[in-house]
Amino acid sequence: MSFEVNGTNFPQAPRAGQCLRTFLRELGQLGVKKGCDAGDCGACTVLLDGEPMHSCLIPAFRAEGRAITTIEGLAADGGMHPMQQAFLDAQGFQCGFCTAGMILTCAALNQAQRTDLGDALKGNICRCTGYRAIEDAIHGKTNVEGCVEAGDAFGRNLPAPAGPDVVRGTARYTFDTEIDGLLHVKLLRSPHAHAKIVAIDRSAAMIVPGVHAILTHEDAPSVLFSTARHEKDWMDPEDTRILDNVVRFIGQKVAAIVAESEGAAEEACRRLKVDYEILPALIDPEQAMTPGAPLVHPDRTSANRVADAQRNLVAEIHGEFGDVAASLATSAVTYEATFHSHRVQHAALETHGGLAWLDEGGTLNVRTSTQVPFLTRRALSDIFGLPADKVRVFCERVGGGFGGKQEMFVEDILALAALKTGRPVKLELTREEQFIATSTRHPMRVHVKAGADADGKLTALQLDVLSNTGAYGNHGGSVMFHAVSESIAVYNCPNKRVDGFVVYTNTVPAGAFRGYGLPQSLIAVEAAIDELAKQLGISPYDMRRRNIIRDGDPMLSPPPSDYHDVLYGSYGLDQCIDLVERAMQADQPQPELPAEWLTGDGVALTMIDTVPPAGHIADAMIALNDDGGFDLTVGTAEFGNGTSTVHRQIAATILATTVDRIRLRQSDTAHGGHDTGAYGSTGIFVAGKATQAAAMQLATELKAAAAGAWLCDVGTCILDGEFVVSGVRRMSFAELAKLAREGGRPLAAHGNSEGTPRSVGFNVHGFRVAVNKGTGEIKILRSVQAADAGVVANPMQCRGQVEGGVAQALGAALYEEMVIDADGRVTNPKFRDYHLPSFADVPRTEVFFAETSDTIGPLGAKSMSESPYNPVAAALGNAIADATGIRFTAPPFKPDRLFPALHAKFGD
Amino acid sequence: MDLNTITAVSHPQTRAQLPAWTPGDAWLAGGTWLFSEPQIHLTRLIDLTDLKWPALAITERHLSIAATCTISQLDALACPPDWLAAPLISQCCRAFLASFKIWKTATVGGNLCMSLPAGPMISLTAALDGVCTIWKAGGGEQRIAVAEFVTGNQRNRLSPGDLLRQIDIPIAALKRRFAFRQISLAPVGRSAALLIGSLDGTGVLKLTVTASTVRPILLSFPIAPDASTLRTAIADEITDDLYHTDIHGKPFWRKHMTLRLAEEIRAELLGATTP
Repeated sequence: MSFEVNGTNFPQAPRAGQCLRTFLRELGQLGVKKGCDAGDCGACTVLLDGEPMHSCLIPAFRAEGRAITTIEGLAADGGMHPMQQAFLDAQGFQCGFCTAGMILTCAALNQAQRTDLGDALKGNICRCTGYRAIEDAIHGKTNVEGCVEAGDAFGRNLPAPAGPDVVRGTARYTFDTEIDGLLHVKLLRSPHAHAKIVAIDRSAAMIVPGVHAILTHEDAPSVLFSTARHEKDWMDPEDTRILDNVVRFIGQKVAAIVAESEGAAEEACRRLKVDYEILPALIDPEQAMTPGAPLVHPDRTSANRVADAQRNLVAEIHGEFGDVAASLATSAVTYEATFHSHRVQHAALETHGGLAWLDEGGTLNVRTSTQVPFLTRRALSDIFGLPADKVRVFCERVGGGFGGKQEMFVEDILALAALKTGRPVKLELTREEQFIATSTRHPMRVHVKAGADADGKLTALQLDVLSNTGAYGNHGGSVMFHAVSESIAVYNCPNKRVDGFVVYTNTVPAGAFRGYGLPQSLIAVEAAIDELAKQLGISPYDMRRRNIIRDGDPMLSPPPSDYHDVLYGSYGLDQCIDLVERAMQADQPQPELPAEWLTGDGVALTMIDTVPPAGHIADAMIALNDDGGFDLTVGTAEFGNGTSTVHRQIAATILATTVDRIRLRQSDTAHGGHDTGAYGSTGIFVAGKATQAAAMQLATELKAAAAGAWLCDVGTCILDGEFVVSGVRRMSFAELAKLAREGGRPLAAHGNSEGTPRSVGFNVHGFRVAVNKGTGEIKILRSVQAADAGVVANPMQCRGQVEGGVAQALGAALYEEMVIDADGRVTNPKFRDYHLPSFADVPRTEVFFAETSDTIGPLGAKSMSESPYNPVAAALGNAIADATGIRFTAPPFKPDRLFPALHAKFGD
Repeated sequence: MDLNTITAVSHPQTRAQLPAWTPGDAWLAGGTWLFSEPQIHLTRLIDLTDLKWPALAITERHLSIAATCTISQLDALACPPDWLAAPLISQCCRAFLASFKIWKTATVGGNLCMSLPAGPMISLTAALDGVCTIWKAGGGEQRIAVAEFVTGNQRNRLSPGDLLRQIDIPIAALKRRFAFRQISLAPVGRSAALLIGSLDGTGVLKLTVTASTVRPILLSFPIAPDASTLRTAIADEITDDLYHTDIHGKPFWRKHMTLRLAEEIRAELLGATTP
């Protein structure tokens, strides 16, 4: 057998049932990615005799004798194919995990296919971009700025530093590494929603050839922890073990097999005989607190930070300002309704997983797909009783996160396997495992009551929330606290009340998810604002203008907060409302639609604190190199958020140089310092501030060093290009470096940010929709979002974050839905049954930025990755209500879910 | 994905070389479904490639589609000008949830044997009066109409070891006028209702309902029906238990979409918009 890959012949033979994807990766073609391994996402696309195919579906033996082209071989001799160049010029990617497959597919499209990209690209899922930037690439549009003068990087559309590697397929993601002697981990998962493990018979599994170890709860430390990673451990309950003797949801890991191959590990998993004692299971969150309900964690107490385990209550919140009931009784208008937000999955294209090994020095190394390497290092150190300097956790490029990787789902078992076997080990979750056994958004039931006076001034606002955190309490409390905070704090209202409960159920855990609870509460709050406005005959824009907080107003949500560090570093909500209203009213050619299409407009707004509460820490280090360039070391991770670009922009601007002189090292605990992690939209606002501080300190030292050499007043020195200048004297950075090295004091500086004080960011979204009253279909005719991101560090990238957030939110609002049956089983754990937005599903969104400059954020910038998601479902719900006169209260707004009410109102 | 339990692949070149069927065997045509899900019960694949069945053959009376004909091959068929049904082939190919990349390897026979309600090759061949030829496991052949071949959601008339050989489409059917309607929960999503109507020279209106129902339902109207007759016939023939339910559409909606699309087809083919 012989296989021709990118013009080279390989004599290796694949296994009988092996697919081409894994065979190519074994041959070193690591640009071939796994998104779903089921033919649905297109990340593994390769060319076979020039034709694009999903390599995960091709039996490897069938590729014999055919010319196989992977992304690495698309252009000859390390050059750039025009489509690769186009994706680079348009920056048609964010995390870049789908990019190789996307480029290969686009490069193979014929003219006819290019005229209908929605159809041509239905086999390629991008979770990050919202497809506009990909469309730009296909149409040959350049979005990146070429050369920018020294010191002028901030605010410019500079490209992502990893771009060339991303489009060539050489950017290294978690699994894109080769380690000799690697063993593979596979997990046996619980078929029961709630059961005690009575015994595990390993005998039949042990004799499978290639099996090295079988790990069960008997092998795991008894330490309780939370998979959620926060700067402060007290934010989450301790309720999880690496492997437990009780399983609490279908899909929970029961045992791990470590073997020579994935096939052997799978076979051994099937041969483990587990004796379960089935326990009563709690599936419905509405039943969680009723007496006699099955208890998910009966042994946990407040010492474990579980509010009341005897009622399945993880956390609760109650508070009132003023008197809501009395106010509602006398308000001119009132509104009350219950909204249900469903369970959705992050669906980052790179699944969770990683590799772990012990190095010669005995240090445990974990290479993993994470947003939080430093907090994961801390957790591993605590659980295994290892000194912090004996654990290293790092990531290179991460293939999407969206909050799902602010958790420790695999690193614990990887560490256990590496420590037990002494061998390097790898665990790569399948797409099905992502659905059934990682985390989801928190499903919430939100009951809203609201009142206003005749002038449209809010008189009362009340939220009653039930949040389902699933079998474990990771992020349970903090998501709910967030949900009931900014959503009502953004409105001035004398009477506010909040009651919230987070309950356990025997279902897949919910966790951190883009928006962190706000989308679920906003759909209720923003509906209430619209419904009150409608009763009063006030426009939804004016209703909001009459009630939003203005710069300096107290931001209040009951009960009183322990944190008083949220300030108006800047304020652009008023601008955002104006921008959206103006854009929505601007003339635009509208498609002619038959009369059965009902049209309507909707708007919703959101506020977000720019940093999570209780501290978020980042260190940055920057050093001058002999060549006059700089090494910038940050802890924050890159997973498509674009912060790598912006960190270089910040440092280059302050050091009056160009971004190509800044070499970035990132997301590795071995680099030292600390970084809480890339979550809560902190990659620029917190970590960027640390970079800013480090660069400013180094700038000062550069000037001081030159002044010392020149014996002049440091105040006369400025940085200009790659020089320190004082009057007519100029010294290059390279000369300075040489001088400093000779003086025994290399020039380097450290910067730190503690994540306080915090500021606030704003987003407003507007939709015009058409709803077909005969079918329930929805067309989005117009989509507008205005964002207050302070001084926008990189408008091209920030626009991409907004568009990507809108697309992901539209997925949740229109299509995506995890269905859990009466037994607690996820019934649709695959992409073909969980419809992610494809090119055809995502309208173009007009993006506007408010003109503000933040006094707290680095160089005036604010956060803008998470919040664009938040107002989308609420705005869409308002637009549908405007179009149909029916208030739908439970997304996703799919035709089959809208139809019964439409049919009842409008008939056939 | 890797099918790690597979230990052997057999490559028969003739029917005589087909290995004796044993539990753990699976026919491998395109493999696009087989390799898309874990198949831990399988140990051997029997690759149909080397049987080298001609993908498409046109005789005086039939268009014969080999079970191993790929969607791309069918889509690329150059139809004679008097085949009024030619656009229907393209419309049904485009009704696949899967993209053109999958069409290059996915097969017509594979789509029939999967027997999903939304299998667009089932819709196409059922509407065109297709007849399946099955190579029986014990020898011999069986011929059965496509509409009877599929008996329910992922259920059909194949017994273990039976092999779908081909689907024959009468040329006469390809010369009928057709109308196609499809709806899904997303613009390019999986079909939730896919209806095909045809009108022949004698005025017989035929309606094939797929995707919304667990199996294809054929209705035939010798006399042009009015809207009410059509509605009544659908209500009589398609009882509520026949409407499919899954994540791609709730039955109440599928039922109403079926009625709606059927009426659109009736109006298009009969040129009558009056009820």
